[in-house]
Amino acid sequence: MNKRIWQRILQNKASLLGFVLIALFACVALFAPLLAPAHNAQNPYRLPQSSYDITPQPPSAQHIFGTTEQQYDLYYGVVWGTRLAFKIGLTVTFFAFLIGLILGAGAAYFGGKIDELIMRFTDIVFAVPSLVLAMVIAAMLGPDIKNMMIALTVVSWPSYARLVRGDVLSVKQRDFVTASKALGARGPRLLLRHILPNSIYPSIVVASLDIGYIVLTAASLSFLGLGAQPGTADWGQLIALARNWVLGNGTNTFAYWYTVVIPGGAIFLFVLGWNLLGDGFRDILDPRQGS
Amino acid sequence: MLRYIARRLLLLPLVVLGVTFFLFFLTQRLSPEMRASLYIKDPRQMGAMEEIIEKYGLRDNVFKQYGRWLGRALKGDLGYSQSANMPVTQAIKEYMPATIQLAVVTILLVVFFGVWFGCLSAVYKDKWPDVLARLISVGGFSLPIFVLGLLLLMLFYGKLGWFPPGGYSIATDTVIHLPTFHHYTGFLLLDSLLNGNIRVFIDVLRHLFLPAFTLCLGSFALMVRVMRSSMLEELNKDYIRTARAKGLTERAVIYRHAGKNAIIPVITLAGIQFIRLLGGTVIVETIFDYPGIGRFGVTAAQQLDIAGIMGFSLMVAILFVLGNLVSDILYTAIDPRIKLNE
Repeated sequence: MNKRIWQRILQNKASLLGFVLIALFACVALFAPLLAPAHNAQNPYRLPQSSYDITPQPPSAQHIFGTTEQQYDLYYGVVWGTRLAFKIGLTVTFFAFLIGLILGAGAAYFGGKIDELIMRFTDIVFAVPSLVLAMVIAAMLGPDIKNMMIALTVVSWPSYARLVRGDVLSVKQRDFVTASKALGARGPRLLLRHILPNSIYPSIVVASLDIGYIVLTAASLSFLGLGAQPGTADWGQLIALARNWVLGNGTNTFAYWYTVVIPGGAIFLFVLGWNLLGDGFRDILDPRQGS
Repeated sequence: MLRYIARRLLLLPLVVLGVTFFLFFLTQRLSPEMRASLYIKDPRQMGAMEEIIEKYGLRDNVFKQYGRWLGRALKGDLGYSQSANMPVTQAIKEYMPATIQLAVVTILLVVFFGVWFGCLSAVYKDKWPDVLARLISVGGFSLPIFVLGLLLLMLFYGKLGWFPPGGYSIATDTVIHLPTFHHYTGFLLLDSLLNGNIRVFIDVLRHLFLPAFTLCLGSFALMVRVMRSSMLEELNKDYIRTARAKGLTERAVIYRHAGKNAIIPVITLAGIQFIRLLGGTVIVETIFDYPGIGRFGVTAAQQLDIAGIMGFSLMVAILFVLGNLVSDILYTAIDPRIKLNE
């Protein structure tokens, strides 16, 4: 089944492009220490700062992507920002899915009051737009990357809980579950060995494709000053540094184009890659679409 | 149906209570001293920190403190917002109309262009208009609105000077605060027309355009997709063949027959998107310095203005839950095959 899905993904031009983009970004993240040697071994996500000069500098031999205000190197920021984007996306998705899996499967398996309690709690989280809720949580916890990841996890798990709950509920009714019950499988064994392996595969795919969206939300938080702090190799943060320069220098409006376009382009291509890949998977997993 | 609505309406207070308690619980992570400093307006009061903590009971357990907040909120007192420098209820009253105005203009743009592009895309399936529309829609999902916003600001304000940021110009600010200018509805677009002041109307619209256009992006992408697939589905149905067979022009077939039916899911989607937009305005309003509720929320969050954060979240939660309920009802009203039961 896996092989067939991958074949179809690679046959479709759009999802192939998505795959290539993500693969490229993964290489950049993987080889970040080679592409932009860390100047601060303890915290490589800290941007090198060549001076405190306020005016951004255009691309040059020394700074191939130019610098932001206060002379943070954009090339370094984009390269290590890629690694940070993967780190944020993967960590948040992993924990959000884990929590969603435990609570969603628990709700579906036990039913009754436990189900009601968990699902009403997901309603509460759903009652506020996720960016707004994440923004408020990140503000209360104090703006830094770790707290931003906590905030994103808190707003992301309920959708997985609903997804997994639905999967488990439908699989619970199937004959093979009745059969394994008849054979004496009970409790956790029934859930872990029989129901979950047969129900969560599509949810895992859906979850992993949310990485683009999570990175986008993280960038928004950093842009608003509620995520990564100034001087961090974070795409949203780099764009926040461009805000004062969008009107140019008086004679040329586009004098500081690179401060927006370079980090903005990185986010765009990253999210685009995940979206293209995601569309491909969704088409394949959606039974209504046929082949 | 009625039972479903009643049930959901009964759940509304519970959900709102849940949201506000959850957020209130989070505020307790800040030390009593930090929360007390929100009441301090004058550095000389710093010595009175303990008194303030005592007076407002900032060391009481969280349920007691939440109870007090709720009691006051039910009486319509949401506290004083430090970041906006006015009572929270007044801030909401002042900023909400601007945001609703922005959302309405945005949704009109989204529906108009979404339907248009979606139609073109379906009629010219796999030809260049379709490819273009699909590219825009995939791109729209992936381009962060703050990047688009900054680029548009660069071009349309920096270079061309057409659409300035902010809510309105200084000249308008003077006019709308004159005693002769009546605020009938609180919505400047409507009020300026009712006052017969076309200059204010144009000025407000000019300031509204860029944020609305930026905000369009994500919803527009979705709208094109839905309109396209809905139109393609209709065009394949038998009644379209009948219409063509009886010799109607292609125009009539597309617009009067297929288009009319294909637009139904788009309208419901517009209802849902309208509510989503109210949340999505936080970034756009911040970039364009637009005086709406989203910018108020962001500033409150940035400055840890607890009263402001609580009031903002309360407002958003109520709107969001009500909006979702309305769009659920719209769904069943339009498509009777969908049954509301839980």
